[in-house]
Amino acid sequence: MKIIEVKNLRKRYPDHLAVDDVSFEVAEGEIFGILGPNGAGKTTTVECVAGLRVPDGGTVRVTGLDPRTDRDRLRRVLGMQLQSAALPEKIKVWEAMDLYASFYPDPANWSELLDRVGLAGKREAAFAKLSGGQRQRLSVALALVGRPRVAVLDELTTGLDPQARRDTWELVEQVRESGVTIVLVTHFMEEAERLCDRLAIIDAGKVVATDSPAGLIAQVGAEQRIRFRPSAPVTDDMLLALPEVREVGRSGAQVVVSGTGNLAPVLTLALARHDIVPMDLRIEQATLDDAFLALTGRQFA
Amino acid sequence: MMKILSVEFKLHLRQWPFMLFTIGLPVALLLGLGLTVPSMTQLNQSSGERPVDTHMPSAMVLLALLTLGCSVLPAVLAAYREHGVLRRMSTTPVHPARLLVVQLLIYLGVGVVTTALLIGTGTLAFGTPVPRQWAGFVLVFLLGTAALLAMGLVIGALAPNTKTAQGVGSAVMFPLMFVGGVWIPRENMPDVLGAISDFSVAGPITQALRDTWAGHPPQVSHLVVMAAGLALFGGLAARSFRWE
Repeated sequence: MKIIEVKNLRKRYPDHLAVDDVSFEVAEGEIFGILGPNGAGKTTTVECVAGLRVPDGGTVRVTGLDPRTDRDRLRRVLGMQLQSAALPEKIKVWEAMDLYASFYPDPANWSELLDRVGLAGKREAAFAKLSGGQRQRLSVALALVGRPRVAVLDELTTGLDPQARRDTWELVEQVRESGVTIVLVTHFMEEAERLCDRLAIIDAGKVVATDSPAGLIAQVGAEQRIRFRPSAPVTDDMLLALPEVREVGRSGAQVVVSGTGNLAPVLTLALARHDIVPMDLRIEQATLDDAFLALTGRQFA
Repeated sequence: MMKILSVEFKLHLRQWPFMLFTIGLPVALLLGLGLTVPSMTQLNQSSGERPVDTHMPSAMVLLALLTLGCSVLPAVLAAYREHGVLRRMSTTPVHPARLLVVQLLIYLGVGVVTTALLIGTGTLAFGTPVPRQWAGFVLVFLLGTAALLAMGLVIGALAPNTKTAQGVGSAVMFPLMFVGGVWIPRENMPDVLGAISDFSVAGPITQALRDTWAGHPPQVSHLVVMAAGLALFGGLAARSFRWE
């Protein structure tokens, strides 16, 4: 059984249709990404999964529970981290942990949890005094204090500087290693590519594609482009003789080779046979950005 | 529940300037005016008592309750909603309504402490009698507190943010202080103002507190207006309250 099953989810607000038709499944123990531009319906989708909103149509099951009818049991298996700050300004870090631990029947040891997220030294600090990264780490700890089987992390790294973002990514990977299934909502391509085992791309309230990051990129064509400066002259014919090569171009002293498959190793081996060294070698691969563009027909913004 | 109460209690202590103001201002006014304004401690022919006997302390109880209901409660509620505190809590097995109940309990406690201090100050400084109709006094206090806190819930529920909550709270508070008799005792009000006062919830609170302070049972009409206010505001709050 999948730990989360969403089928044909639909949610309309008075002024617009936020989620039109969203279906996906999440397997136990994976990091599942929900990726899409702002306003695509990502947050509404996970709010329906967490039982914070009642969908207008479709079904949602989390560990077999229906968020509409099993509110209390769902909240014991699902921890949620919300987009923005959500604590009183004057509350101290340890008080927030202690308070939230008291909401659950079998809470984690919050002191250990603070250690794990790197906030052990901030126990006595007031919430208002924490930096953006520290707040996010605290909110991750709060989402985990009830020992959930599923943690929903919504726009976890928005507004963080690059170093804090990388630290938070490491934290997410640690959490997954502890056996918690993670649903990660993000509009950062790089984050989705780095962290997610699988992801659903959502655009305008619909799932455009669901696959692993590599699978999504492969879906839109696996063409690669290699640029290098040869140490001795090469002919186009020599390169075009390789089955992986589709096109050869030149740009000044640079040779630009486009193709598919194991293009890079095949190309370098062929050059080596002619005692040619590819200098300044650069491989340009398609990214999730290219996949998004190809799947939705518009630039990810 | 006890954990929420203890954390919220600590949070309110950290905001001690607000609490000091809420509790201290009515007590300081009673003491200050009573000691410096001669007419406060002189027998008033029309009411047959000194203003410090029942009017001043009752009006100061109302002042404390209005501060809590119009100013403190709406601001805290709106801030908690604005910062997503209530929404965050609704993702846990504990419903955020608990947090609301805890707030109300704390403000009830602040009201009780202030009232006790007012009674003690009056007795020690001016020989004011303690409320003689104890049961009636407690009933009026509880009913009045409930009605004004319910009003605070309505303001906190309808205000889109903290600033609006504070603005609307003040706009409601000052007229209510006026018609509630904080500045002019009910018996000195002109007829029209007196009539408004009798239906303002605030007016009946002061009047019924004075009655029970002096040893009379509360008047039914005062209790009815307070109960109607509680029902109206309580119903409105329940209908309009948003957790996010």
